[in-house]
Amino acid sequence: MNRLEVKNLACERGGRLLFSNISFSLNPGAVLVIEGRNGAGKTTLLRMLAGLRSIEDGVVSFDGLSIEQLADAYYQQMAYLGHLNAVKYDLTVSENLKFAQQLSTVVSNIDDALHKVGLDGYQDTLSRHLSAGQKRKLALARLLCIHKRLWILDEPFTSLDKSSIAMFEGLIHEHVSQGGMVIITTHHPINLPDSILLRLTL
Amino acid sequence: MHLRAFGAVIVRDLLLAFRHKSELVNSIAFFILVVSLFPLGVGADIALLRKIAPGVIWVAALLATFLSLDQLFRSDYEDGCLELILMSPHPVSLIVLAKIMAHWMLTGVPLTLIAPLLAGMYGLENSSIAVLMLTLLIGTPILSLIGAIAIALTVGLRKGGVMLALLILPFYVPVLIFATAAIDAQIAGFPVSGQINMLLALLALALTLSPWPTAVALKMSLS
Repeated sequence: MNRLEVKNLACERGGRLLFSNISFSLNPGAVLVIEGRNGAGKTTLLRMLAGLRSIEDGVVSFDGLSIEQLADAYYQQMAYLGHLNAVKYDLTVSENLKFAQQLSTVVSNIDDALHKVGLDGYQDTLSRHLSAGQKRKLALARLLCIHKRLWILDEPFTSLDKSSIAMFEGLIHEHVSQGGMVIITTHHPINLPDSILLRLTL
Repeated sequence: MHLRAFGAVIVRDLLLAFRHKSELVNSIAFFILVVSLFPLGVGADIALLRKIAPGVIWVAALLATFLSLDQLFRSDYEDGCLELILMSPHPVSLIVLAKIMAHWMLTGVPLTLIAPLLAGMYGLENSSIAVLMLTLLIGTPILSLIGAIAIALTVGLRKGGVMLALLILPFYVPVLIFATAAIDAQIAGFPVSGQINMLLALLALALTLSPWPTAVALKMSLS
């Protein structure tokens, strides 16, 4: 069964212990909200879970194997959205999504994804002409058109308006109800049923 | 599956370069300026020009490539696309090789095609120009491949410029020596196969040994 397990994760940065003894397990159908004050190490934790930062102490395993062993196999299951949108300004909206798809194994329709995030009709617009919120939406649309079980989202609601946040909460709900998993940090109160929410405070 | 990703990266990088031409034109313009200013400065002594031609053209090509290298991973690093690429289910070294190939198509190939036009100013004969083009064709991808390692190491630094030069230029010297030696040998009427074979060996070495450390260095720069 797909499940993410974290045991005794610790991280030190600049001679300071950011966090230690982080342990949790995340099953399909659940959303993990990571909370903490500024500088608590939320982004660092997420980057470790995404395999972008090496794990110095502790184990992160997916399906029982550590993510360092899994390497490429883990990346077939995991999508990460960081502070940066990973949107190329000189490519059109659909070219950006198409490139993400070409790097992935299982994909779905670009137009459907754009419809879901409310970017209908922007397919051929150069991404540099989008507003900050629209660029964020484009980054979210990328999650929808590459099929990954686990989403790791670092402040996904930055520069989104209220209705877009509600829309995206709906998409998260839809993803986990189909057996997906989501790990998310956010400063917004998240509006999802408590039955699927787990909370971790750093 | 991996090949499709390889092709996608090349096509994307070429498309981006054609949409954003200034970077593409910069290094080529530099090459043309340096190579065409030299004869004006040195004067119309054809024997002297013929003698310095291989060195001048090759040093200009080398520096033009060096100038263009900074862009190899910079924009992908700044907008987050590098993370996206590193987290794809493909070998990072393969993706890196695709980016290097795209870089070569945008610098090495145009330099090789422009060189014969400029070589006329130095009074090189057609057979020498053919050898010059051959050395550029084999040598410029080596420059891109070696440079990629150093660029990957310094992409996280805000000002990598001087350190980059110190890192890269010593490794460029063998390429410069064998390439210019080949052209000199041709002008003197000797066979050039020895130098060309050395260049080919360097290319094989760079092709097999460069993508892997570049991929490791990129991961280090991101973490």
